[in-house]
Amino acid sequence: MNDITATAAPPLIDTRKPRRLMPGWYSIAWGSAILVMLPVLAVFWLALFPTENIWPHLVDTILPVYIKTTLLLLAGVGSLSVIIGVGTAWLVTMCNFPGRRIFEWALLLPFAMPAYLIAYLYTDLLEYAGPLQTLLRDLFGWQTAREYWFPEIRSLGGAILMLTLVLYPYVYLLSRASFLEQSMSIRDASRIFGCSPLQSFYRVSLPIARPAIAVGLSLVSMETLNDFGTVDYFAVKSLSAGIYDAWLNMGNLGAAAQIATLMMVFVILLISLERIARARQRQFTNADRFGSIDRYSLSPGKSALATLACALPVVLGFLVPFLVLGSYAVRRLDQLGEADFLAHASHSFTLSATAALLTVAVAIVLAYSKRLYPSHRSLTLASRFSSLGYALPGAVLAIGVIIPLAAFDNSVDAFMREHFGFGTGLLLSGTPFAIVFAYCVRFLAVSTGSVDSSLAKVTPSMDMASRSLGLNPLQTLRRVHLPLIRGGLLTAVLVVFVDAMKELPATLILRPFNYDTLATYVYQYASDEMLETSALAAMLIVLVGIVPVILLSRSITSTRQGR
Amino acid sequence: MTAKKALLAGLALSTFGSVAQAADEVNIYSYRQEFLIKPLLEAFTAETGIKANVIFSKKGLLERLEHEGANSPADVLLTSDVGPLYDAVQRDLVAPIDSDIVDANVPSQYRSKDDKWVGLTARSRIIYASKDRVEDGEIQTYEDLADPKWKGRICTRSGKHSYNLSLIGSIIEHNGEEQAEQWLSAVKDNLARRPQGNDRAQVKAVKEGQCDLALGNTYYYGKMLTNTKEPEQVEWAKSVNLVFPNQNDRGAHMSISGAALAKNAPHPDAAIKLIEFLTSEKAQKMYAEVNYEFPVRAGIEWSDLLKEHMGEFKADEVNLGDVVKHRADASRLVDKVGFDN
Repeated sequence: MNDITATAAPPLIDTRKPRRLMPGWYSIAWGSAILVMLPVLAVFWLALFPTENIWPHLVDTILPVYIKTTLLLLAGVGSLSVIIGVGTAWLVTMCNFPGRRIFEWALLLPFAMPAYLIAYLYTDLLEYAGPLQTLLRDLFGWQTAREYWFPEIRSLGGAILMLTLVLYPYVYLLSRASFLEQSMSIRDASRIFGCSPLQSFYRVSLPIARPAIAVGLSLVSMETLNDFGTVDYFAVKSLSAGIYDAWLNMGNLGAAAQIATLMMVFVILLISLERIARARQRQFTNADRFGSIDRYSLSPGKSALATLACALPVVLGFLVPFLVLGSYAVRRLDQLGEADFLAHASHSFTLSATAALLTVAVAIVLAYSKRLYPSHRSLTLASRFSSLGYALPGAVLAIGVIIPLAAFDNSVDAFMREHFGFGTGLLLSGTPFAIVFAYCVRFLAVSTGSVDSSLAKVTPSMDMASRSLGLNPLQTLRRVHLPLIRGGLLTAVLVVFVDAMKELPATLILRPFNYDTLATYVYQYASDEMLETSALAAMLIVLVGIVPVILLSRSITSTRQGR
Repeated sequence: MTAKKALLAGLALSTFGSVAQAADEVNIYSYRQEFLIKPLLEAFTAETGIKANVIFSKKGLLERLEHEGANSPADVLLTSDVGPLYDAVQRDLVAPIDSDIVDANVPSQYRSKDDKWVGLTARSRIIYASKDRVEDGEIQTYEDLADPKWKGRICTRSGKHSYNLSLIGSIIEHNGEEQAEQWLSAVKDNLARRPQGNDRAQVKAVKEGQCDLALGNTYYYGKMLTNTKEPEQVEWAKSVNLVFPNQNDRGAHMSISGAALAKNAPHPDAAIKLIEFLTSEKAQKMYAEVNYEFPVRAGIEWSDLLKEHMGEFKADEVNLGDVVKHRADASRLVDKVGFDN
C-alpha cells in the first residue's frame, strides 16, 4: 500500500529500444524552452559587448566586497529560511499545540508582503529616528546615538532578516507539502526502532523531504540574488548593486550583463552541486495519503515553545509591517475617492492571473516531455536552463525581454513594408503581452519546481498501465497525471500569481503608456520617499495576495484528507 | 499550443492596454515620477489640446528606446538628472531641439552644447547644517567637508547615487581627479554612519542628533517644510540651516531635470511644442511651486518659500555636460576609496 524507495529506479520507458519520436511533444517542449530562454540569451549576448573592460577596476576595488556580501547574504537568508521554513512546517504537520491550525495558513502570510515594502517599513520603525529608538531614548534619557548601542537596520544583517522574513514561506510551503505526503508507517517504524521524535525527524522525515527543501532553497537563493530594492535601500553592496552601478553609473550595460552572467553561472553551480549530491536517490510514492497523521502531543512547556516558534515569523513577517502599513493608510483614506484603484488592481490581477496560467502550462509541457523522453538529456538541460531567468535582477530581465521582442516587431515591420507596402509597427513591445512574457520567464522556475516534483512522485507504473490500456501521451497526461498532481499544479498557479502581483522592476520598464499596476503605483510614491501616500495601494497588494495564500494552504492540507 | 495561448492572451490583453496612436498627442518616456509632472502635462493639454501619454521608470527606458528603434512611439525623454540625457546623446538616440524659443528661454549652461538636451528645472546640492550644533559660517565650502574637525559628524546617502556622483564629478572638473580622490577619502573618514537612505533621511538624522551636517538637494527642504500630511518632517526641516557652499568662489553645485527629443519621434512637432511649453513662463513657475525647484529661465519670480529660505545665491556656472562626463570616473572613485563600505 505504501512504499517509498530510496534506490535508483528503472527508467520510465525502456530506453534500450529505439523509440519512435513524437515530434509534437518534443518540438513543443523545445520551442517553449527556447522562447523562455530568449531573454537570458539576450543578456548573454549583451555581455559580449562591454563598452570597456570593467574587471581590472572591479577586481582592484570592490569585487571582493560584492562577492563576500553576496555569499554572506545567500548563506544568511538560505540557512535562516531553512531553519524557519522546515522547522515550522514540521511542527504544524507532526505536532499538536495551541494555534496549530491557524499557523498552518498564517505561516504563509509573509509571502504576500513584497520585500522592498517590508524593508521600507522596518526602516521607519527601527532606524535611529524611528519610534522604537525614540521611545528608548525618552525612557533612558539618552541624547545622541553615541550613548547607546542599537542594531543598525540598514545593514547586511538587516537585509538578511528582511529577505528571510518574506522568503522563508517558499521553504515552508514545499517542505510542508512533502511532510504531508510522507507515509506514517515509515515514521512509525523509525519510532519502533527506538528513535525519539527528534531523531525520527532528522533520520527519516528530513532526508525524505530533502528534494523539496532543496527546491525551496534554490528559489530563496535566486530571489536573494535578484533582489535590488532591499539591498539598494540598505546600501548593501551585493552583486546586483554592482550590476546596476556598471549599467547606470558607468554607462556600461555590457559589463552589467557580464556580472549578471557570472551570477547565473553561480546559480547553475549551486543547483548542480545539490543535484549531484542526491543523484542516486529517487523516490516514488503512492503513499497512504488517506491515513491520518498521528501527531505528537507536546508537554505544556514544549507546546508554548512551538507556539512561539510559529508565531514569531508570522508576527515579524506579516503582522507588524501590515499594522504599520495600516496606520499609514488610515491617515490617507481620502485617497480612496481620488485614485483609480480599481483600474490598477484590475491590471495587476489580469496580468498576474494570465501569467500564472501560462507559466504553469509551460512548466507542464517541460516536465512531461522530460518524462516522455528520459533518454534525451537535452530536454532536461533545456528545462533547467529556462529557469535561469529567475536569478536575473528584474530590470536586467526586462532589457532581455525588450531585445528579442523589439527585434521580432521590427523584422515583421520591415518584412511587411517590403512586401505589402505598409508597416505594422511594434506589435508586442510595449503591450501587456511583454509584461506577461517577462513574468513567465521570471517565474517559470517557481512553477517548474512545484510541477516537476509533483510529477516525479507519480510512479512510472501509472504511465505504463495507462499506455498499455491504449491511451496516447496527451490522453495519459490529461486523464492520469493532471488529476493526480492537481494539488501541485494549484500550488504552482497560486505562487506565480502572488509573485507576479509583487513584481516591480520589469513591469515598470515594459508597460504601455499610462498604465499602472498596484506595484508601480506604490513605487511611484515610495521612490519619492512618500510611502505613506501609497500605503493604501500597498495594503491592497498584500490583501489581494492573502486570498491565494489561504487557498494555497487549504489545497495543501487537503492533499491529506483523513485529518 | 502554448505559443498560441500566449498570442491569444497577448491579443486579449492589448485590447485593454492603452495603445497610443491618435494624431494629437505626444508620448513621453519619463525618468521622473508621473505625479510630479502631471499638473504640467495637464496644463499643456489644456493649452494645446495635445494629449500627453507617459511611461515612468527610473531605469531601462533608454534601452527600450534604443531597441525599439525607428518604430519607437517615444517623442520626448524627461529625466530627473542629466545622466540619462548624456547617455542618450552618447548612444545617438536623440535629435537636436531645433527651437529658438527654447534657446531664448534657457541659459546656455543648462543646455547641451549641441542642443541635444535642455534643462527644465535646477536644484542645488547643498549642506544642511544643524542649527544647534553648527555655528553660522563654520562650514562654507564642499572642500571644508574634508576637514577632520567634522569627524563622525557628516551624513549622506550612497556615494553611488546620481546626485552624489554629480557632485563628485563637479569636484573632479574643478579640482582634478587626484584632489577629488583625496577629498572623497577625507569626507569618508568624517562620516557618522555608512552612507544609506535618501536625502530626507539625512536631515532626519541631523534632527535626531546622529550627525551635524548632511548633503541634500534644495527641493527636499521645501517638501519637508510644507509636509502637512507628515508633520514630523516639518520638525526635521526646522532643525537645520541651509548652507549654499562655495559662495566666495565658483558657487554651489547645480543639477537639473531635463528633456530631450527622441531621434525617431513620431510626433516631432508636438514634442517640440511640449518642450517649449515646459520652458514657458507659466510652466517654469508651476515647476517651482510643485516641487520647490528653481526655474532655469531667468526672470521668473520664485515661489514665496524659495524666496524666503533660499534667497539669492551664487550658482556654479560650469556647463553640466562637463560635469556629467566625469560620472564613470566619479563612480570608480567611490569604489576606490570605499566610500560606501
